[in-house]
Amino acid sequence: MNEILKAEHVTAKYQAENGEVTALEDISFSVNRGEFVSIVGPSGCGKSTLLSIVAGIIRPTHGSVSIGGVPVSGISPQIGYMLQRDNLLEWRSIFKNVMLGLEIRKMVTRESIRYVESLLSTYGLYEFRDKYPSQLSGGMRQRAALIRTLAVKPEIFLLDEAFSALDYQTRLAVTDDVYRILKKENKTTLMVTHDISEGISMSDRVIVLTKRPGKIRRIHDIEFKMEQRTPMGCREQPEFRKYFNDIWKELDVHV
Amino acid sequence: MYMCREKLSNERLEYLRKRKIRKYIIWAIRVSAVMLALVLWEVLANLGVIDSFIMSKPSRMWETLKNLGANDLPLHLGVTCLETVTGFLLGTAGGTLLAVLLWWSPFLARVSEPFLVVLNSLPKIALGPVIIVWVGAGTEAIIVMALAISLIVTVLEMLGGFLRTSREKILMAKTFGASKVQIFTKVVFPSNMPTLFGSLKVNIGLSMVGVIAGEFLVSKAGLGYLIVYGGQVFKLDLVMTSVVILAVVAALMYQAVVWLEKLVGKLIHYGG
Repeated sequence: MNEILKAEHVTAKYQAENGEVTALEDISFSVNRGEFVSIVGPSGCGKSTLLSIVAGIIRPTHGSVSIGGVPVSGISPQIGYMLQRDNLLEWRSIFKNVMLGLEIRKMVTRESIRYVESLLSTYGLYEFRDKYPSQLSGGMRQRAALIRTLAVKPEIFLLDEAFSALDYQTRLAVTDDVYRILKKENKTTLMVTHDISEGISMSDRVIVLTKRPGKIRRIHDIEFKMEQRTPMGCREQPEFRKYFNDIWKELDVHV
Repeated sequence: MYMCREKLSNERLEYLRKRKIRKYIIWAIRVSAVMLALVLWEVLANLGVIDSFIMSKPSRMWETLKNLGANDLPLHLGVTCLETVTGFLLGTAGGTLLAVLLWWSPFLARVSEPFLVVLNSLPKIALGPVIIVWVGAGTEAIIVMALAISLIVTVLEMLGGFLRTSREKILMAKTFGASKVQIFTKVVFPSNMPTLFGSLKVNIGLSMVGVIAGEFLVSKAGLGYLIVYGGQVFKLDLVMTSVVILAVVAALMYQAVVWLEKLVGKLIHYGG
């Protein structure tokens, strides 16, 4: 298989003032090139910790993560990370915002500028390049954040609850939008979410984690019998409900 | 705005008219309150209800002002302004630099915390005699006083701002592999422009406190010198006039910072 990302026996513990917390225990999985994989689990199960480990922001206590066969140590340039909020910087124009990653990596060249401009025009933000984030809608801001990440040409996208700060309607639209863009750019994606529907509608596989310490409960292969898959379309398929119920039961939610 | 003037509805026009009138009324009351106070002061002093020897009166203050203006007011004004601006710039720049250092090293920040707290609550004016002995009885001592008063507040204020910078924005920069310098220059510092200007506004006032206190202790010129001198020779006209001039200067300096903030805000578009 064309494996690009591999996590092996990842365990993460962290020290808090009132004791040691095991956030993740013995997590192993792999993601193939071009695949969209989601991680769902109850809140506090260490989902975000797992992404931070994959991104190289935190080191696992045990185990290892490798990208394209090379172990992750430190922040990898092949990773594009998207957080809950768009985190656009208010004092920068949209163009300056989407250039941020390139600026930080000292990769501003005539060529990279041209690439950013082409991304902006492909995804309908070219006319807004001199506007400021406060002048854009939530959906457009999210798209700008996505372009900022695409600009540095990462192989793997990590989405950390990337839509949860948006209201429900915008969220559905942005989910479709982001999915379309990621598929068009042929990116591999690992997404963390607490929203089961979001996970099912976007993913090829869904990894279900248990409560803390997070362990892999099950990995679901998600298949829809439809051409031109879109997250919105998936939600209307008969299989959707079945997947939802299975995962819901596994999450074992109590209030 | 002007291009859609014809399209404004009557309700809108009515609303705008009311707002304008309200603004005029507020200004009218402000101006008449001052006029009334001045007239009352003058009349009561003339009638002998208040003692103009210890209270002075507007007409005599006006004479004093004209007199001062013809003589050495520009000198005194210049000295005080120069000292204030120098102290203000040094205090703000020094305080910001120290804050950057403490942001850079959380360990150092933790170590220095109690010292900062003590220094912050210490009335800096108590250091007056020490400063005079150390740097000499002159303009330097006054500037150091102004600096001492604004420095620690700036450190605390700016450090607080730096530490309150959105963690997610910092994380965003980190995911692109940003170094600590880049995190500071691209995220932390720009997001603290409002904090910086808040500090500037506080510091201009504090710096003036330092300068006047310094001038009370050692000086041959300046508005603080005029006030102390006037008090010693019981020329209350001079004291009162100087205080009024000082109030105007303080207001203008504050306004200058506000204008600067607007200008910078327009240039770099902070705060949305």
